[in-house]
Amino acid sequence: MKSSRIKWHVVVFLAPAVLVYTAIMIFPLFNTLRLALYTETDQVRVFVGLANFMTLFGDPRWSESFWNALGNNFWFFLVHMLVQNPIGIALAAILSHPRLRFASFYRSAIFVPTILSFVIVGFAWKLILSPIWGIAPDMLSAVGLKSLFAPWLGKEEYALTTLALISVWQFVGIPMMLIYAALLSIPEEILEAGEVDGITGLSAFWKIKLPLILPSIGIISILTFVGNFNAFDLIYAAQGALAGPDFSTDILGTFMYRTFFGFQLQLGDPHMGSAIATAMFAIILVGVCVYLFGIQTRLKRYQF
Amino acid sequence: MKRKSLCIALLATTLLSGPAFAEDVTLTIESWRNDDLTLWQDKIIPAFEASHPGIKVKFTPSAPAEYNAVLNSKLDAGSAGDLITCRPFDASLALYDAGHLVDVSGLENMSNFSDVAKSAWQTDDASATFCVPMASVIHGFIFNKEAFEEVGVEVPETEAEFFAALDKFKEDGSYIPLAMGTNDQWEAATMGYNNIGPNYWKGEEGRLALIKGEQKLTDDQWVAPFATLAKWGAYMGDGYEAQTYPDSQNIFTLGRAAIYPAGSWEITGFNAQADFEMGAFKPPVQNAGDTCYISDHTDIAIGLNADSPNADAAKTFLNWVGSEEFATLYANALPGFFSLSNHNVSMEDPLAQEFVSWRGECESTIRSTYQILSRGTPNLENETWGASVAAIKGTETPEQLGQQLQEGLASWYEPQQ
Repeated sequence: MKSSRIKWHVVVFLAPAVLVYTAIMIFPLFNTLRLALYTETDQVRVFVGLANFMTLFGDPRWSESFWNALGNNFWFFLVHMLVQNPIGIALAAILSHPRLRFASFYRSAIFVPTILSFVIVGFAWKLILSPIWGIAPDMLSAVGLKSLFAPWLGKEEYALTTLALISVWQFVGIPMMLIYAALLSIPEEILEAGEVDGITGLSAFWKIKLPLILPSIGIISILTFVGNFNAFDLIYAAQGALAGPDFSTDILGTFMYRTFFGFQLQLGDPHMGSAIATAMFAIILVGVCVYLFGIQTRLKRYQF
Repeated sequence: MKRKSLCIALLATTLLSGPAFAEDVTLTIESWRNDDLTLWQDKIIPAFEASHPGIKVKFTPSAPAEYNAVLNSKLDAGSAGDLITCRPFDASLALYDAGHLVDVSGLENMSNFSDVAKSAWQTDDASATFCVPMASVIHGFIFNKEAFEEVGVEVPETEAEFFAALDKFKEDGSYIPLAMGTNDQWEAATMGYNNIGPNYWKGEEGRLALIKGEQKLTDDQWVAPFATLAKWGAYMGDGYEAQTYPDSQNIFTLGRAAIYPAGSWEITGFNAQADFEMGAFKPPVQNAGDTCYISDHTDIAIGLNADSPNADAAKTFLNWVGSEEFATLYANALPGFFSLSNHNVSMEDPLAQEFVSWRGECESTIRSTYQILSRGTPNLENETWGASVAAIKGTETPEQLGQQLQEGLASWYEPQQ
C-alpha cells in the first residue's frame, strides 16, 4: 500500500461530523465575530470596524455594565472553585472508600440534580427560599434560627452568592463523578505499597491519591471556568433578564442576552450583543490558553 | 404495545396540527397576553368565526417578558404569525420602520378611534397608523373591602389619608398593608412611580414638558414620587425584596393584604381568585380638592405582519377589531382593558366601572417614560425600574435617583442636553 494515496475512508468517516460541526458551531461563531464589526443605521447594516468595542469599553455606562458583569462572573466562578470542586473531591473520596455501604445510592442521589433543567432548579429554589411560601424560613425557625433568614435572592449583597450556591448544588455531581472515576483507576498495588511504608487513611489521600488525580482536577477546573463564563440559564430563570436586584446578579450571559434581544422597551441591538459575545469568547479563549499552556503542560502524569 | 400506541399518538398530532380543511384560511395571532388565552378561545374567536365563515383564528401567546425578543426573532426568521399584537410606541414603530408591519390607516373602522388613541401606534408625523388600538389600562389601587371594614379604615383620598390608612393596618397587624414586592422590579416603576407620579407632574403637562426638554428629571415634581415611594417599603410584607409579582397577586387574592397597587389589567384575574369584595381608589392627591391625574395608558393594539400570506383575511379581522361588536366583547371579556374606540361600551364589572369612572373625574395621561424617551440607551423606562426599587429599599436618596435618570437621559436625548 502506498502512503501517498488519499485514504478515502478517513474522509468519508470524518465528513458528517465536520459538516455538522461547521454548520452549527464554526460558521455561527465566525459570523458572530463578524457581526460585532457592524452597526445598523436607518435599516442598513454598515461596517464600523471596532466602534462597537470602543463603545463597550469606552462609554462609561456600557463599560460599567460590562465590568460589573465580568466581576460578578468571576465571583460566580470563584464560588464554584472554592465550594463545588472541593466538595466534589471530598464526596468522591468518601464514595470510593471500600467499606462505605449504599455507595451507589449516594452516587445517584447526588448526581440527579445535574440532569434537571435549569428552569426547574431555578423555580424550585426560588420557592424554597421564598420569604412568603418557602420552607427555608420555617426550617430555620424550627431550629430557632429564624433571625438568620433573609430574603436572600432579593438582597444585592447576597443574591449572587445564593445563586452560585444553587448552581453548586446542581452541578456538584460532575466533579464528583470525574474524580470518582480517577480514584477508581488508581491501582491497588500503589496504595498497598504505601501501606507497607506506613501511609494509610488520610495521609494516603493527601500523599498518594491527590497527586494522581491532579490532572482530573485540572480538567474539572477548566470545565467549570468555561461553564461559568457561558452561564445564563439559572440567572435568567431565577432573576429574569434584568438580573436584579440592581444588576447584582448580572453576568456576561444575561448582559449579552439583554443587549442582543432587547428587553421591555429596550430594543435589541444584535451588533452590540455580538460585541459582548466576542468579548466573552476572548475571555474564555484566554482562560483556556492559560490553562493549556501554563498549567496542563507542567502537570506530571503517571503511567501505570 | 406501548410503542405502537405512542406511534399512533405521534401520527395523530402531526395530522391534527396541519390545516384541518384546505379551503379555510387560518390566522395566527402573536401576543404577550398569555393570561387571556381562554378568553380568546372561548369568547372572542368564536364570535369572529361565527360571523366570518372561512377564516379560522389561532391565538398563540408567549410570556410577557420574552414577547419582544421572541417576536423580533420570529419576524426576522419569517416564522411569525399573521397578526401581531403591538406594544405601544417605539417597539412597534421599530417594527413598522423595519417593514414588518403594514400601514392600516386605510381600514374602514379606523375612523372609530380618536387621534389620542391612535398616537401610540403612529409614525412621529402621524402620517401612518400601523396597529388597530385595542385597549388601555388605568392605574390605581385595588383594596380588600372586608379588611377595610374590619379594621375600620376609610377609603383614602389624599396622601395623608393614604399613609394614615397604611399605619392603621400596620398597627392592627392582621393584614399586610401593601401587597407589592421588588423582586421583579417593574411593579415598582409601573404600579409605583407611574401610578402615583402623574399627580406630582400634572399628567400630560409634565410629560410633554419633559419630552420638549422644558422640565428635568431632577425637578421637584419628578423627584417627589421617589420620596413617596421611599415611605412604602415600611408597609410591605416581610422579605418584600424577594417577593415576585405572582407572590404579590397571591398574597392579595388570598386575603392576606389590604391594598394592592394595581393596574386595571388585574381585574379579571382577581375576580377569579379572590372570594372577598374588592374596591378601587385612584392615586391619592396632595390636598383634598386638588385636580387628580390618572395614568390611562394606551397599552395594546394589533397589526398586520407584512409577510403574512393571508393579508386579506387578516385585514378583515383587523377591521372587525375596530367594530363596536369587538369593543363590547373585549371590554366585557377582559374587564380592566378599556376600549379605546369612540363606541359607547357598557361594562358590567363593578370594579372595571369604578376604574373607568375616573376618566370623567380626572385628567388622563400615559406613562411618562413610554413615548420617545425610551428610544435610546440607557433606556429611561428600564432605568426607572431600578430607580423605583432603589427608592423603596432606601438604598439611594430620591435626589440621587433623579440625578442618575437625568444624566442617563441627557446622554442621548438632545432636548435634555
